[in-house]
Amino acid sequence: MDIKQSRSDDILVLKLIGDLDGRTAPAAQAQILEVLPSDERVLLDLSELGVVTSAGLRTMLLVYRQAQARNSTVGLVGLSQELHGILSATGFLTFFVVSDTVDDGLSELADVPAQRSGVR
Amino acid sequence: MTDVIRADLDWVDSFPTQQVAGYDVRPGRTMPFGATLVSGGVNFSIYSSAAKAVTLVLFKQGEPEPVAELPIPDEFRIGSVWSMTVFNLDYEGIEYGYRVYGPSEVDFRDRFDHTQILADPYARAFSGRNEWGQEPDRSNIYPYRSRLTFEDFDWEGDQPLRIPSVDLVIYELHVRGFTRDPSSGVAQPGTYAGLIEKIPYLKELGVNCVELMPVFEFDEFENSRINAETGERLYNFWGYSTVGFFAPKAGYAATGKFGMQRDEFKNLVKEFHKAGIEVVLDVVFNHTAEGNEYGPTIHFRGLDNRTYYMLTPEGFYYNFSGTGNTLNCNSPIVREYVLSCLRFWASEYHVDGFRFDLAAILGRGPDGAPLENPPLLESMAFDPVLTDCLLIAEAWDAGGLYQVGSFPNYRRWSEWNGKYRDTVRKWIKGDEGVVGDLATRLVGSPDLYWARGACSSINFITCHDGFNLADMVSYNDKHNEANGEHNNDGANDNNSWNCGAEGPTDDPEILRTRTRQMKNAMVLLLTSQGVPMILAGDEVARTQHGNNNAYCHDSELTWMDWNLVDENQEMLRFVSNMIAFRKAHPSLREGHHPHGGDPVGCGYPDVSWHGIRAWQPDWSPQSRLIAMMRNGHNIEGDDNHVYVASNTHWEDHRLELPGLPDGMRWHLFADTAAEAPADVAVPGREPVLADQHGISVGARSSVVLVGRAVAPS
Repeated sequence: MDIKQSRSDDILVLKLIGDLDGRTAPAAQAQILEVLPSDERVLLDLSELGVVTSAGLRTMLLVYRQAQARNSTVGLVGLSQELHGILSATGFLTFFVVSDTVDDGLSELADVPAQRSGVR
Repeated sequence: MTDVIRADLDWVDSFPTQQVAGYDVRPGRTMPFGATLVSGGVNFSIYSSAAKAVTLVLFKQGEPEPVAELPIPDEFRIGSVWSMTVFNLDYEGIEYGYRVYGPSEVDFRDRFDHTQILADPYARAFSGRNEWGQEPDRSNIYPYRSRLTFEDFDWEGDQPLRIPSVDLVIYELHVRGFTRDPSSGVAQPGTYAGLIEKIPYLKELGVNCVELMPVFEFDEFENSRINAETGERLYNFWGYSTVGFFAPKAGYAATGKFGMQRDEFKNLVKEFHKAGIEVVLDVVFNHTAEGNEYGPTIHFRGLDNRTYYMLTPEGFYYNFSGTGNTLNCNSPIVREYVLSCLRFWASEYHVDGFRFDLAAILGRGPDGAPLENPPLLESMAFDPVLTDCLLIAEAWDAGGLYQVGSFPNYRRWSEWNGKYRDTVRKWIKGDEGVVGDLATRLVGSPDLYWARGACSSINFITCHDGFNLADMVSYNDKHNEANGEHNNDGANDNNSWNCGAEGPTDDPEILRTRTRQMKNAMVLLLTSQGVPMILAGDEVARTQHGNNNAYCHDSELTWMDWNLVDENQEMLRFVSNMIAFRKAHPSLREGHHPHGGDPVGCGYPDVSWHGIRAWQPDWSPQSRLIAMMRNGHNIEGDDNHVYVASNTHWEDHRLELPGLPDGMRWHLFADTAAEAPADVAVPGREPVLADQHGISVGARSSVVLVGRAVAPS
């Protein structure tokens, strides 16, 4: 798992390359959480993601939860049809701003107002 | 200011002490039983009263042979519990099981066999049947494999709904059958996710509780066979044969092949709750999928046979369940097992209650004799985690114990009221000698539930077992040939009437009678005191072509046909308006049994009975006509009168109506003899009756009136 970090205006873009499974998820998770900003917007580019297992999905959920706690919003782009199906069936899709391309994702995230806090 | 405690970093014992078979391990924690993810590893804990040794067997996911076998050192054992923490496991990629070695002195009650790999009875997920209907590999040495799981979930504040029992309208459905048919139009047919897409339909119908037929892991290929006559493959479609009590069925999850069934099921519960609909699980604790002496060894049999099963003095299985074995529910060990399972589903999955299949077995002692005060039933009734859960007993078993009305209840348990079903069916088809019993059923069966309250009566006319509503009015006899048992299976006492022709017909008069009879049933069900339960599909007159025991069909026979929603719009409208009517009239759904008093001071008894003449019911055995007047308050708290007349005679009758207080008029809510849309009104917008003194009730028809003040125009 390789994570490429870039920035477009004030949006952090993280491109996940490779498999996200029980073996790679812990390291990927640590890496993402380390750079996860507060009061901002983050776009996960999954277009070059290989195999995703339940551990990988857990990582995405944890990133979402952490982002919420830091008042940040997470967007997803490049979801495979399969991954989209899993996220939809488990209800996780509603946690994220989902778009087709990085450009779409950036503009949709830019429209999202400052996030609510995840702490109720 | 110190930092918060991080259990994963701060625990002294989160480090291995030794190696077994090349794996880092340490003595495990005895509790909780099962496999638990802990700091750095997995804690495995399993008990057996008589085993002498236990080996943990690890597989890489899907591999035919184990990747490792780790004998649990005897010094790790505390009491009869073996526990071991194993470090650095790939929790996702591992499947686990146990080999359990029996004592050297063989006890005839035991069936230890260390050549078999046993599943963990506490496993929270299974692999092996991940996708429904995928032909299993029969040579697999370990077919139902325990999996490791995280149990966290983002509930977003969800809680069980705690809808008062008086307000419940239950809808019994089969997860796969409900959306499997292509006509469902859902993205992922036959799954938990697919069911979510039908929540708006259920909400519009007006039900507020779904009772899901078994969703614990089971094997649809159990007893699977090909019907020699039709060539069709038969399955265990219903699933009343549990493999994994702590695991949702993976094959019902669109994400089962990714091992995400737990999340998908939790999301289903969350979405139901968002819509104000409770989720009750139909659970099967009377027996297991291990069957009789010739059945497969899955877990209990090889782990602790004499503890988990009721055994004859000769060591054979008692068969009170009719399926080969009987779980020994009132042994202290099994009692604890069942309780922890229910607590798990209530707390981890937020389910709102349970319906217990063949629950009479849960009151039997280890020798099979019914107990006066069954410890298991008592424990459930008073369990702190289950306080808000519905506990519904199917209060009979296959061993002849019939406890409807007498189930050990601790004023806590409710029951599927089998007597309600039988009586109402007999009445609807026009039997004589039923009228008095019918009246008792309509007011919540006080003969059975006086001490417990009317909500202990789960009223139903149809359920998954037996004819559905359309077949109840279309067939005199069962037609189970497709089950491959020469029509010998299934109940014979259906109390059904085909209205003049057996099965499909073009005769418009017969078809009209059938529709009327279905509506009559819904009128009685939804104006009865107690909790009504509707079988999925009855609201659109779904047929099973006379099959009254369709447990083995995964086909159009058992799948909901969603085209019926349009085709039978008339029936759907009738049922949803009846449900709305029930909601609008609290007097129809109070917790106590009406008994002729006037508790709200409206000047009328809470229930009164009428016939051709007002206040003069005909209780003679030949009577086929009865009218019930219920008086109390409506939902706004105003005085309110509901009059339900049911005529099962083949002739029309003119009924004198009881008088109303000054300023109130009778309004017509439903008349099953009338052509739609005059058959039912929208609650609150019922037309006023022109003749306030009498009404004609058609042959085999029902009328529902509401007495209220005339709205100022």
